[in-house]
Amino acid sequence: MTAAFFGHFTYWASIFLLMAGLYIVIARGNLVKKLVGLGIFQTSVYMLYIAPGKLIGGTAPIVGEGFSVYSNPLPHVLILTAIVVGVATLALGLAIVVRIREAYGSVEEDDLLEADAKDD
Amino acid sequence: MLSQHLPVLLVVVPLISAPLIVVGRSGFAGWILSVAVAASTALTATALFVRATVSGPISYAIGSWPPPWGIEYRIDAANALVALLVSAIALVVLPYARRSVSAEIGQDRQYLFYALLMLCLAGLLGISVTGDAFNLFVFLEISSLSTYVLIAMGRNRRALTAAYQYLVLGTTGATLYVIGIGLLYLATGTLNFADMASRLGAVTDTRPLAAGLAFVTAGVGLKFALFPLHAWLPNAYTYAPSAVSAFLAATATKVSVYVLMRLYFTVYGVDAVFRDLPLGPVLAALSVGAMFIASAAAIVQKDLKRLLAYSSIGQIGYITLGISLGSAPGLAAAMAHVVNHGITKGALFMLAGAMALRVGGTGFERLAGLGRTMPITAFAFVIGGLSLIGVPGTAGFASKWALVSAAMGAGHWWIAAAVLTSSLLALAYVWRFVECAYFQAPPADAPEVGEAPLDMTAPALVLTAAVVAAGLFASPVLDAATRAAAALMGHPR
Repeated sequence: MTAAFFGHFTYWASIFLLMAGLYIVIARGNLVKKLVGLGIFQTSVYMLYIAPGKLIGGTAPIVGEGFSVYSNPLPHVLILTAIVVGVATLALGLAIVVRIREAYGSVEEDDLLEADAKDD
Repeated sequence: MLSQHLPVLLVVVPLISAPLIVVGRSGFAGWILSVAVAASTALTATALFVRATVSGPISYAIGSWPPPWGIEYRIDAANALVALLVSAIALVVLPYARRSVSAEIGQDRQYLFYALLMLCLAGLLGISVTGDAFNLFVFLEISSLSTYVLIAMGRNRRALTAAYQYLVLGTTGATLYVIGIGLLYLATGTLNFADMASRLGAVTDTRPLAAGLAFVTAGVGLKFALFPLHAWLPNAYTYAPSAVSAFLAATATKVSVYVLMRLYFTVYGVDAVFRDLPLGPVLAALSVGAMFIASAAAIVQKDLKRLLAYSSIGQIGYITLGISLGSAPGLAAAMAHVVNHGITKGALFMLAGAMALRVGGTGFERLAGLGRTMPITAFAFVIGGLSLIGVPGTAGFASKWALVSAAMGAGHWWIAAAVLTSSLLALAYVWRFVECAYFQAPPADAPEVGEAPLDMTAPALVLTAAVVAAGLFASPVLDAATRAAAALMGHPR
């Protein structure tokens, strides 16, 4: 039981971050905090990908003498791409929040809904 | 020589044109270049469609790295059809966009609009042609990120909140997709769809695969606004610039639906999704919910674009209903509805944009009496509306008929009944427009209006004509959809 738990601790950590991030996105009314939650949500996936690629005692994937057991390099490459996507998403999200702040004078979801309701 | 590289040129040409447009910093030059690019991608997609139909799937190894190690672009009858739809819609929307964009977006930002539209086009075409699961995610994000900005360019400040909401939900969806693909990769050790499909049979522990299926269904479902994951769509389509609404409504959700079809039918296979797991009834229930609840919501909207947006959610229900049958005829009907609804909704949003240009908005109070002041536009809109209902002689009828016969063939008479009764709701929301445009007098203070300029009306009418043509001569689309369904199901486990 404990072995199963500690043997999979990277998964537990990913799941915790995943749920924590999603919770912040749903529960927080501040648009910037929502983006922080979204960032945590995305980061959890990086760990989910990278952890299984690592072999204990594995080396870098090099063809040659003494390199028989190696870690899988592909997850790292994929996650580098995902990190770039995540950074772009965060930057765009913050830029939109800046524009929302200029247009509405607030970044609180409640204020935005109130302002929109007043327009109708 | 060149013809060998058509699959990659389909994506690379629009992708490279985007930075060129930004460097040019001119709205007009950007528009000219985008029209040229759209024409070239449409030609490329047509050539690929013909080749994939005549001589079978085309495989292209990016950088000459052979699949499954390298990224493979694999074009068969299914994604060739989707790529053709996307590039054809782009070619129709871009001539229309010039005047619409001039009216809705500041002069100094117009070149950015065209650059983003090209990025979005590149992303959507990339999703269609790639045979690699992670490459698909990258293209999904290229198209999504450019979409968020395009929506934020709308005039109303609510466009900003709509774009923000879509960004949060879209990113959540894409992340769920990545988790699902990650689980599939851990189980099979490959990212190539065809390779994945052949290795899945050897996987003994199927629980990660079921979890992966759940993740990709939820993730892709968010992207194509599967009821009840549609919260982002109404605001996004309502407040986006007219040309963006038309382009996205006709292409973005359809491409995501294709992704779901590819994963269900090519990667997992019919047995894994519909026999081993109860996804058929679940998807059917959500589809019926979309058909009734979203269509009913469309009836009470106060804005024409918003009405069309809710109608889109309902119409996506018909597509997913076809998928949920888990059979070749059902999938073919879904594919036919992807094409037919794509052109119908594209035409309707373009016509709504033409009305917005003349009367300054699409709220119903402004549209009163349009049947007299803009007779051609209003009449074309009614034809598009008939296609939403599924009246014989329009595109919507052909695919709904295919869906009903597929359901009856499988013995699901209640699905046929649901399709027919939900069409009555479509009749009710289309009638809202008819009543407003033809039976109400224009408001007393209304400005003197006439038809929209020809460069906006003509592309919209071309698409409306396509709606009628696809209704009167339904067999080309239905045949293409049947071949697409066969191609999607071509790799049984």
